[in-house]
Amino acid sequence: MEHSLLIYIAVMAGTTYLIRMLPLTLIRRKIKNRFILSFLHYMPYAVLGAMTFPSILYSTSSVISAAAGMITACALAYMQKSLLTVAVFAAAAVFLTELVICSGLF
Amino acid sequence: MDKSAAENRYLNGLRDGIPIGLGYLSVSFTFGIMAVSGGLPVLAALLISMTNLTSAGQLAGLSLILSGASYFEMAAAQLIINIRYSLMSVSVSQKLGSTGTLNRMGIAFGITDEIFAVSVTNPKQLGARYMYGLMCLPYIGWALGTLLGAAAGMLLPESIRSALGIAIYAMFIAIVIPPAKDSRPILFVLLGAVFLSSCFAWLPGLNRISGGFAIIICAVVCAAAGAAIAPIDQDDDSTEAPYGT
Repeated sequence: MEHSLLIYIAVMAGTTYLIRMLPLTLIRRKIKNRFILSFLHYMPYAVLGAMTFPSILYSTSSVISAAAGMITACALAYMQKSLLTVAVFAAAAVFLTELVICSGLF
Repeated sequence: MDKSAAENRYLNGLRDGIPIGLGYLSVSFTFGIMAVSGGLPVLAALLISMTNLTSAGQLAGLSLILSGASYFEMAAAQLIINIRYSLMSVSVSQKLGSTGTLNRMGIAFGITDEIFAVSVTNPKQLGARYMYGLMCLPYIGWALGTLLGAAAGMLLPESIRSALGIAIYAMFIAIVIPPAKDSRPILFVLLGAVFLSSCFAWLPGLNRISGGFAIIICAVVCAAAGAAIAPIDQDDDSTEAPYGT
């Protein structure tokens, strides 16, 4: 890793703290602008959508096992399962798919 | 309801924070496992949790650290993913009345989705002692869960740690799909972001733009499009937490 882990953590923590601290100390009235409110409302979904796909396909040792994990995650998330449940079962699907791939090859 | 009586007892805050702390224990346990599975030392995982106290921001930060992103990309990604806290801080700010600047700077550290939700739904004005009590157990739960998860992660065999590589993304999916089921605009914002980021990943030319910046461009474009086409109701006040944690 060519970047320093401590600097990464300092940048993360500093940015996150300023985001919380500045409005709490400086702004003491409500934001009324409808566009800004809507923009802030949609932002998290756009960020997470862009971060997840297509990166998820390359997060395991094969695209096939990753796709199996992704489909599992989507199905469980659609059924409103908790974050932990979705994560554990997606990883289990990847693990099992990789077992099948290995046993099929050898 | 006597509006002049402010809620400012440390023990009441502590009590209200118990369920949040328990919830954080399990979520941060997963973060700890994922951090060491990606190759981070146990203490680095703990340090991230103790200085950030945010689920989606830490998961995003972890994936950026593992991909070797630049510091600027890290700051920009944290800004975008955590910008909602600004909105929450504005709301909480109005409940703090005459609380001084120094205490506001302390309280700011604990503004999370859940702490925000509990504090703004309290009908009374709030004081610093109550807020510190409210932050206490969630903070301990978050740090302790991370430490336990990271320690447990070190004991797992390589094949299972590799399968856990998908866990971060599975959690992202678990966060976005339930609200997308209920809201057509959120669904389209989400699909638009997925489509754009696929273009950045696979189209020649566009795929030379680094991952961190591609995510920022996708997010700003899609959120702005959503805000322009389907603005939310003024009264909505954005009080619901977009994340499940």
